[in-house]
Amino acid sequence: MRPAGRADTDSLYFTYPHFDAPVRNAGSDDSAPVAIVGAGPVGLTAALSLAGQGIRSVLFDNKDTFNDGSRAICISRSSFQILERLGAVSPFLEKSLGWTTGRSFYRGQQILEFRMPDSPSEKYRPMYNLQQQYIEQFLWQAAAESDLIEIRWQSEVSAIADEAEGVRLTISAPGDTYEFRAAWVLAADGARSTIRTLRGLRLQGENFEGRYVIADVQMAHDYPTIRRALFDPDCRRGGTILVHRQPDNIWRIDYQLRDGEDEADAIREETVRASVAAVLTEIGYSGEWDLEWWSVYSANTLALDDYRDGRVFFIGDSAHIVPIFGVRGLNNGLADAENIGWKLGWVLNGRAGEALLDSYSPERRGATLDVFANASKSARFMTPPTAGWTLMRDAALNLALTHPFAGELANPRQMTPYTYSASPVVQADDPGFETGPVPGAALTDAVVGDGFLYDLLGPGFSLICFDPALAGQFADTDITVCLLQAGSPAAQSLGASAHSAYLIRPDGHVAGRWRSAQAGDIRAALQQATAMPKDATT
Amino acid sequence: MTPADLETVFEELALAIDATAEPKRELFLAKLALLLAHDLNDPARLRSHLAAAAAKLDA
Ligand SMILES: Cc1cc2nc3c(=O)[nH]c(=O)nc-3n(C[C@H](O)[C@H](O)[C@H](O)COP(=O)(O)OP(=O)(O)OC[C@H]3O[C@@H](n4cnc5c(N)ncnc54)[C@H](O)[C@@H]3O)c2cc1C
Repeated sequence: MRPAGRADTDSLYFTYPHFDAPVRNAGSDDSAPVAIVGAGPVGLTAALSLAGQGIRSVLFDNKDTFNDGSRAICISRSSFQILERLGAVSPFLEKSLGWTTGRSFYRGQQILEFRMPDSPSEKYRPMYNLQQQYIEQFLWQAAAESDLIEIRWQSEVSAIADEAEGVRLTISAPGDTYEFRAAWVLAADGARSTIRTLRGLRLQGENFEGRYVIADVQMAHDYPTIRRALFDPDCRRGGTILVHRQPDNIWRIDYQLRDGEDEADAIREETVRASVAAVLTEIGYSGEWDLEWWSVYSANTLALDDYRDGRVFFIGDSAHIVPIFGVRGLNNGLADAENIGWKLGWVLNGRAGEALLDSYSPERRGATLDVFANASKSARFMTPPTAGWTLMRDAALNLALTHPFAGELANPRQMTPYTYSASPVVQADDPGFETGPVPGAALTDAVVGDGFLYDLLGPGFSLICFDPALAGQFADTDITVCLLQAGSPAAQSLGASAHSAYLIRPDGHVAGRWRSAQAGDIRAALQQATAMPKDATT
Repeated sequence: MTPADLETVFEELALAIDATAEPKRELFLAKLALLLAHDLNDPARLRSHLAAAAAKLDA
């Protein structure tokens, strides 16, 4: 929502583009290997991931511009790694604000300062703040540069039917209704997914009661990019407030609504202005400010039981809705998009067996459940659901004024990348390792020469090893070989000896690792990781 | 703790609870529980104390 007199996309600092509906004619190709429903951040990321594997896709979106409002503003390191692999990271790095530190306050006094894990061996900071419309704009720019991606705006998918070798979609565009055929469909159509409803599927799970108003203001506020959490502040007794800095002098203020507080009243412009003014007083800002945009958001933990329904895969908010405190809603969706993107690409290119697609739901649904566990913990601290949780939360905060150990309970612990430990396409670990990322985990970055380990990885599978003879055995395959020095910082962080090896998937997760590697083990692991029959040659 | 120490602690707890205004007593006791739990540094024992304290509340 925006102040009276301003339209939905009438922003103080961002010019929303207008996208025309496509002009179709007799020659239009109404088929593609992959159709993507929804050109939000997750759909666009999936299209880029497919294009990276050489696969053409067509996106449909029923709007004529980007999503309105800043919405999901925290992009994690793992998402920056995805954006880099998609070749789209530069504008993100240029525009966003990186951060590592958070501060929590109780009744005006600071009780905790935490730092998220960071070090010089990491290329990217743990978190970056950037408005969602920029996220969409930068992804759209990258998509527009690809010959393999077509976006049809103002085009609503209104029906879906299974056919023998694919799926038939009905598209309703201005003055034009037609059918489109695709071998596979990615449903990236958001929290109110049409495709989910058309397939008769429902999100399952708990509903948390916490409701937040999220408001953006533009102001010349002098404070670093540090996440501030205000517990039980003077201006909102019993409530919690989050303050985040965004580019363009935009500040996000999230405040919790009290139990009895009427939502319709809470989102009236005058009420929002008064609430925001009180927060600004609380944080000591007394200058001018402009109200940019606001919305209301509730803390849910809901997911589909299976992210796959035949030839349809659910990615992003259509598959899961998570509370905002974990800042994983969008980040989790981007990882879904990359995960299904490379797998579908490999299957369509004939380089992987169709069974590889069966690993999408267990891997990504597992990641969602992990987010739920963490986010539910945060949610219980931010918005305690019962008298017991409220009392213990208040006791911890109050004790934290004098005893820092209790303040640690207010640490949101946002960012632990998920390990695909129960995945059918990941090897069992080699017990010889004492440290380093286990199979299924995301590869940890390390400094290599003037750059980083991640820079050396290829678009497909990569082999990290330290033995030139082993490397030589993969020279004429399509595996990217990263031959590193034994004893180097990278070798140490991987817990590797001169004969060790790591096989890395296109999404940067470890497919398998060996303390003392044999070429045959690596070939077998690649077959498992691509669900290829054992006798197939690679 | 000697029986005499226990008696002193018992009295001090009673006095401290009385010295805390009614609306803050629960908060006070919850803080105390957190502090003692932190000192105890033994989650399993804390769990058994929780069960012991919860037993026979309606006796
Ligand atoms: C008001 C609001 C505030 C939010 N605030 C936060 C926040 O503070 N922090 C946070 O982490 N997350 C927030 N989120 C969530 C975050 O925006 C989502 O996680 C993210 O947008 C998910 O991306 P997505 O691509 O899966 O879905 P979406 O961004 O919802 O994109 C889905 C797209 O599909 C299109 N579409 C839908 N149905 C059809 C159809 N039948 N045919 C064609 N196109 C269709 C839609 O128009 C839309 O463009 C917020 C969401 C909303 C709505």
